[in-house]
Amino acid sequence: MIRLAPVLAVLVMIGPVAAGLVGTVLPALGWLPVLGGDTVSLDTFRALRAEPGLWTSAWLSLSVGLGSTAAAFCLTVGFTAAAQDTRMFRAASRLISPLLSVPHVTLAIGLAFLMAPSGWAARLLSPWATGWERPPDLLIVQDPHGLSLALGLMLKETPFLFVMLLAGLDSLPARRILATTRSLGYRPMTGWLKAVLPQVYPRLRLPIFAVLAFATSTVDMAILLGPTTPAPLAVRVVQWMGDPDLTRRFVGSAGAVLQAGIALAAIALWVAAERLVIVLGRPWIRAGGRGRGEGVWRALTVTAMGAAGAMAALSLLSLAVWSVAGPWRFPDALPAAVSVQGWMRGGADLVSAAGATVTVALAATALALALVVACLERETRLGARPGRAVDWLLYTPLIVPQVAFLFGVQVLLILGHLDGGWLAVVWSHLVFVLPYVFLSLAGAWRRFDARYIAVARSLGRSPTAVLFSVTLPMLARPVATAAAIGAAVSVALYLPTLFAGAGRIETLTTEAVARASSGDRRVIATYGLLQIALPLAGFSLAGLAARRFSRPR
Amino acid sequence: MILWRTAFVLLLFALALPAGRGQSAETRPWDEIVAAAEGQTVHFNAWGGDARINAYIVWAGERLKALYGIDLVQVKLSDTGDAVSRVLAEKTAGRDSGGSIDLIWINGENFAAMKANGLLHGPWVATAPNFALVDVAGKPTTVTDFSVPTDGLEAPWGMAQFTMMVDTAYVDAPPRTAAALLDWVQANPGRFTYPQPPDFLGTTFLKQLLAMRVATPAVLADPLDEAAARSVTAPLWAYLDTLHPHLWRDGRSFPKDAGALRRLLGDGEISFAFDFNPARASAAIEAGELPDTVRTYVFDGGTIGNTHFLAVPFNAAAKEGAMVVADFLMSAEAQIRKQDPRVWGDFTVLDVAGLPAADRKAFAALPLGVATLSPEELGPVLPEPHPSWVAWLEAEWERRYVAGR
Repeated sequence: MIRLAPVLAVLVMIGPVAAGLVGTVLPALGWLPVLGGDTVSLDTFRALRAEPGLWTSAWLSLSVGLGSTAAAFCLTVGFTAAAQDTRMFRAASRLISPLLSVPHVTLAIGLAFLMAPSGWAARLLSPWATGWERPPDLLIVQDPHGLSLALGLMLKETPFLFVMLLAGLDSLPARRILATTRSLGYRPMTGWLKAVLPQVYPRLRLPIFAVLAFATSTVDMAILLGPTTPAPLAVRVVQWMGDPDLTRRFVGSAGAVLQAGIALAAIALWVAAERLVIVLGRPWIRAGGRGRGEGVWRALTVTAMGAAGAMAALSLLSLAVWSVAGPWRFPDALPAAVSVQGWMRGGADLVSAAGATVTVALAATALALALVVACLERETRLGARPGRAVDWLLYTPLIVPQVAFLFGVQVLLILGHLDGGWLAVVWSHLVFVLPYVFLSLAGAWRRFDARYIAVARSLGRSPTAVLFSVTLPMLARPVATAAAIGAAVSVALYLPTLFAGAGRIETLTTEAVARASSGDRRVIATYGLLQIALPLAGFSLAGLAARRFSRPR
Repeated sequence: MILWRTAFVLLLFALALPAGRGQSAETRPWDEIVAAAEGQTVHFNAWGGDARINAYIVWAGERLKALYGIDLVQVKLSDTGDAVSRVLAEKTAGRDSGGSIDLIWINGENFAAMKANGLLHGPWVATAPNFALVDVAGKPTTVTDFSVPTDGLEAPWGMAQFTMMVDTAYVDAPPRTAAALLDWVQANPGRFTYPQPPDFLGTTFLKQLLAMRVATPAVLADPLDEAAARSVTAPLWAYLDTLHPHLWRDGRSFPKDAGALRRLLGDGEISFAFDFNPARASAAIEAGELPDTVRTYVFDGGTIGNTHFLAVPFNAAAKEGAMVVADFLMSAEAQIRKQDPRVWGDFTVLDVAGLPAADRKAFAALPLGVATLSPEELGPVLPEPHPSWVAWLEAEWERRYVAGR
């Protein structure tokens, strides 16, 4: 079984990935016979290049993706270094995982409502402080440089990176390292940055790449927070693919190829920046500065994290208020009346949708986790990593825009007469869940201290017994975190559910997205909160499980 | 291995050449269709963004179950394009029967695209008995969808007309001409905007302005001739060039769609919005989305109107059931209920004067919403331009206002 794991994983992934790629690349080259495209050429790329504002769109995707990831990384690392072992840090570690399960759309619409000139912040301050009887005409949300979009992405990515960092730290003797640095006279933040960060960073690397791929290609957040004249590239790809003029799909496919290139470029630039930091960081570490002036930095990062947390919390709180709001006019600080209408509308639909959401998420996550653990365990035993090709297989679904990628997947499922069923939905979820589970777990697993295994083996335990009684319990936290992330990814998937399920498998997310197209904040808020509730339960269970199973035996 | 697999899938794509046109005329008598429909499950792919419409479809399902033994299932979409994409994928994969979509709520460009690519079943609409009740003469858009003949490939379901909403708390006398609108916006900067084309409502606003600014609107019904279009549309671009600097956010950002536009009106950021459903404002006021000071009005000289339709994909699994559903939705019973503003408030496609007395009375007894205009007040309906104008207008708009800022 363990020996076959990589083959199984490849089999699960290769069909959809190959179909998805073909379904993107061929139309990008002008080939889609059903629409009369039967010659291969670069004309579609020429047409793409002629799209107004194309390079601005491309630059927006790249800069927002890199900027938000860098900001989230600095915030996570800075806060962990500054606040380690404080009560605040422990509180943050507990509070952070709920944020992980917030759908991007929900956070985006909450944040937009918080920051807009007619939003909650303005309502709380008006008219007594601002003198505004009507909202002023200020371009804050959807600014042309994508700053509000980058802020939204940063708020959403920071919890993910923070959880990955916690999971990575779990298997490091961080406390002992810090005791050593402290005895050498290093201040805590400086000691952490100089001695712990270089050791924990390799475990964060793959999750960072996943974040980069996501942030450069985000659609749902960009529609709400990103600029529109022009929009980031990923949004325009979706528009082209959905254009009633079906020949625009050729331009859309070419755009999807460019979009994938941007995600790769973002990762390449990040890797280049890593080199730069190493070159610059070594002399800094060697110089042996003990960090006398670090107080300012500590205050700064802790404040920044506090502000980010407050913004996220207020965004979600504003939606909770909206979900029970009657009429709520500017500049009232609170709605004029309370109404539970939004919660009453769903009814029986919601119960069945929640059921489908849970079963699909559980199945996809369990399969992904089993495959990933088996692959990683095989790596450990053979001491050899699979080839580069497997990495690409994992990254492709995260890098190629879903709307183009899924067309090919859909064709594959239809050819196999698999579409429209629960299994097809689970499979298409697996294609996206498996990469996230792998990227979340691989760092911690690959750096697990092999001496524990050697000791257990020398005591006569079989490799399988060692896996279940030593490796998994010691890695319980990373495993539980990876499972929770997998479940959260599955719950949030919209297009894969719609396409593979032929619209016949309704989940909370398909319901939420369809109903949110009304534009009514009450509806969006109600479904958003429901979407948070499920993964939240998942994270709580994962947390409990981790505590239960990580006990020494 | 990856290469090998890729080649395999590539081959499959290449094999899936279009198998000619998918359309085939419906020749069976209606009784036979109704008999075949019994026991079928009809997957109705319809935009799911309005709880009231969803509830109406549930009611229709209950009636269809009782009358014909048909199970109606709504597949709620956020974008009709997703359904078009699905039919396209099925055709690419060579699935010419047993398709997953039985009935689509559709009109305009989506219909034109599906018709042109042979993705629809029919013609069949003339076979449906209730089609005889439709006011084809008085409501010509029931058989010409954005100036494209429906050719019996889609059944009319409801009428839409471009309707302005104004918050009377801020505007005393709403501007009823393009020139008056420009004056108002210049005098009240930042309080007017429109959804960004190619959103269909945003594009409709362009078409409405075009119809009001063009010397000879008849030219819009013809397929686009690019050279002529440049001179025809010159007054439109001149108008927008003057208007944009005074728009909400100085015209540097635009709301995404009708929902976002309405949200801005509800938040008091802007003083106007508009919609294709004349009853939308009343519904939004009742739901607390819009303040009760909002009223509707139309431009002098008429506003653009169209019809929304029901179509059956060429490979639908339950073609008979889908046709019976569409026929029921055109019945007086279903149309009366649909026009009730407490249910949905969508205007009928039927010739009310030609209905039996009881149905006429039921239509006459329907209330209007608090902010809804009567059909007489809605005024003349302007036709949609030929669909070829849409793509060109959108591309031109993007070229002028998206790039190079």
